[in-house]
Amino acid sequence: MELFVNQVLAGLATGAIYACMALAVVMIYQAIDSLNFAQGEMAMFSTFIAWQLLQWGMPYWAAFFFTVGISFVAGVLIERVVFKPVQKADILSHIVIFIALFAIINSGAGYIWDFNIKPFPSPFGTRELFGQRLISSHDAGMIGISILMLILLYLFFAYTRVGLAMRAAAANPESARLAGIRVGWMLALGWGMAAAIGAVAGMLIAPRVFLEPNMMLSILLYGFAGAVVGGLTSPLGAVIGGVSVGVVENLAGTFIPYVGRELKLTIALALIVAVLTVKPTGLFGRTVETRV
Amino acid sequence: MTARNEPLSVPIIASVGAVVIVLLPYWKQILLAFAVAVAIVLAFTLKNFYLFQLTLALIYALAILGLNLLTGYNGQFSLGHSAFFAIGAYTAAILMEQGNVPYYWTLPVAGFVCLVSGYLFGLPALRLEGIYLALATFALALAMPQLLKFTPLEHWTGGVQGIVLLKPEAPFGLNISSDQWLWLFTVGVSVVMYVCAYQLIKSRTGRAMMAIRDNPIAAKSMGIDLSLYKSLTFGVSALYTGVAGALAAIVIAFVAPDSFTLVLAIGLFVGMVVGGAASIVGTLIGGLFVLYVPNVAEYFTKGLSGAMYGLILIGTIYLMPSGAAGLFRLTLHRLITRLASR
Repeated sequence: MELFVNQVLAGLATGAIYACMALAVVMIYQAIDSLNFAQGEMAMFSTFIAWQLLQWGMPYWAAFFFTVGISFVAGVLIERVVFKPVQKADILSHIVIFIALFAIINSGAGYIWDFNIKPFPSPFGTRELFGQRLISSHDAGMIGISILMLILLYLFFAYTRVGLAMRAAAANPESARLAGIRVGWMLALGWGMAAAIGAVAGMLIAPRVFLEPNMMLSILLYGFAGAVVGGLTSPLGAVIGGVSVGVVENLAGTFIPYVGRELKLTIALALIVAVLTVKPTGLFGRTVETRV
Repeated sequence: MTARNEPLSVPIIASVGAVVIVLLPYWKQILLAFAVAVAIVLAFTLKNFYLFQLTLALIYALAILGLNLLTGYNGQFSLGHSAFFAIGAYTAAILMEQGNVPYYWTLPVAGFVCLVSGYLFGLPALRLEGIYLALATFALALAMPQLLKFTPLEHWTGGVQGIVLLKPEAPFGLNISSDQWLWLFTVGVSVVMYVCAYQLIKSRTGRAMMAIRDNPIAAKSMGIDLSLYKSLTFGVSALYTGVAGALAAIVIAFVAPDSFTLVLAIGLFVGMVVGGAASIVGTLIGGLFVLYVPNVAEYFTKGLSGAMYGLILIGTIYLMPSGAAGLFRLTLHRLITRLASR
C-alpha cells in the first residue's frame, strides 16, 4: 500500500510537468485551432534564454518575468513573420511548417548553447515539503503555479473583452471579422500567450529534467497525450489529463511486470487511443455540432 | 540462401505489369516506357553508390504513395506511416532470416500483413478526425520502435541489434552488380504498384475515396459506405508503405528498431506535402526530397543542419503551397492559357 501511495505521488509530480505542457498546448489550440508541434521547442528555447539571463547575474524572478515577456514577443513575431504569409494554405502545409520550426529552433539552441546538459535552479528549492518524504517543495510549487495559471486563464477567457474576442476569432473567423474583431492580431496574440505559457512550463520543468535542446521532446508528447485525454477544448481537462497520464504511466511502470517498464510510452499512448475511441473529443471536451 | 537464386520474380512482375499497363491510356504508356528506358540507362551509367541512393529514393516514393492514397485522396491524416514501413521491413527480414524465404516472395506477404494491420488500425481511427487522427497515428509511430525492442519478441526481431541480411545477387547469371539488379527490381515493382494506384484512383472506388475526402456527408447520402471505404483505404495505404518497407529491408540488407522512428514518419509526411497531396507522380519528387535534402542541409552547414533543413522546408512551402505537383499543374495551366490567347 505504501508503495502504491508513493507511486501515485511520484506520478502526480511527473503529471504536473505534463499538465503544464498540456495547458500550453490547449491554449494555442484555442487560439489557432491547430496543434503546435514546435511548442516544446519554443518552451525549451525560452528556458535557455532564462538560463542565459541567470548566468549574466539577473535575480531569479526578474529573469523569470523578463523571459516570459521575451517569449510573448517572440511568439507574436513567429506568427506575423512565418505564418501570416501562408494563412490560406491548407493544414498539411501548416503541419510541415511546424516541423520546420521544430528543426530550426532545436538546431539553433544546440548551436548557441551546445548539447551538454545544464542544471537549472528552482525558485522553491528541492527539499522535501514540510519534512515529509512524499513530495518535494519544487513539485508542490509547480502544481501551485499550474493551478494559478489555470485560474488566470479562465478569468481572462471568461471575463475580459480580449479573451472573448480571441475565442470568437478561433471558433468562427468569418463571423468574428464581421463583428469587428481583428482576427489576424487575435491569432498573433494567441501565439504570444502560448509562447509565454510554454516559457513558464519550461522554466518549471527544467529543474527536474535538466536543460538541454532535446529535453522537451518526450514531455511534449505526454503533454499532447494529456491534452487529448482531457479534451483539447478544455484547459481544466488538460491539467487533469496531464496529471492522470503521469499517474497511469508511473503505476503501469511499477505494477505491470515486463510490459510496464519497457513499454511505458506505448501504454501512455494506448491510453490516448483508447480514450479517443470511446470519447473522440476527450474526457472534458465540448462536442462540436456540425450543421449540414 | 542467395546462392541459388530462382529468378521467379521477373516473370511474375512482368506478367502482372503487362496486364495493368495494357489498361492505361496510350500516352501514359508512352510516358511510362520512356521512364523505364531512363531507369535502365541509369542502371548502366551511374556509380553503384548513387544507384543505391536512387533505389532508396524510389522506395521512399513508394511509401509516400501509400501515405498519399490515405491523406491526399481520402483526407485521413497519418503521422505514423513509419510504423507500417517497419512492419513491412520486419516481415521481410524475419521471413528471409528465419524462414529462408526468397526475397521476392516476402513482398506479397509483407503487403498482406500490412493490409490487415492497416485495416485493423483503421477501424478505431474511424472515430477520429483531423488533428486527433494525426495524434493517434503519431502515437503509433512512437510506439513502434519500443515494440520492436520488446524483450519477449527478441527471438524474432533481434532486439536493439536488429537483423542483418544477405544482399541478393542478380539472377540468370547476369553480369551486373547486386546494386544494379536491386535498382531494376525496385523499378519493376514500383511500375506495377504505381500503375495499380493510378487505376485505383481512376476507378469507381477512387472516386468514392475522393468524395469522402471532399464532403463526407454528401458521399454518405449518395450511398457510399464511409466506414468500409475509410478502413479499407487505411489498409491499402499500409500495404503500399509495407511493400516499400520490405523493399528497403532487402536493399539495405539490415533492419533495426531505430531506423523506423518518428524521423521517418515525419520524413514521409514532409515528402508527401512537398511532392503534392493527391498527386501520384509528385510522390517521386517527395522521395528525392526525403533522401537528398537532409544531406544537402548537412553539406552546407555542419552545425546548423537542422536549421538549414527547416529553412529549406519553409521556403519550399512558400514557393509551392500545393507541392511540386501543384506548381507543375499551375505552370502548365498558365502556359496553355497563354498559348490559347495568342
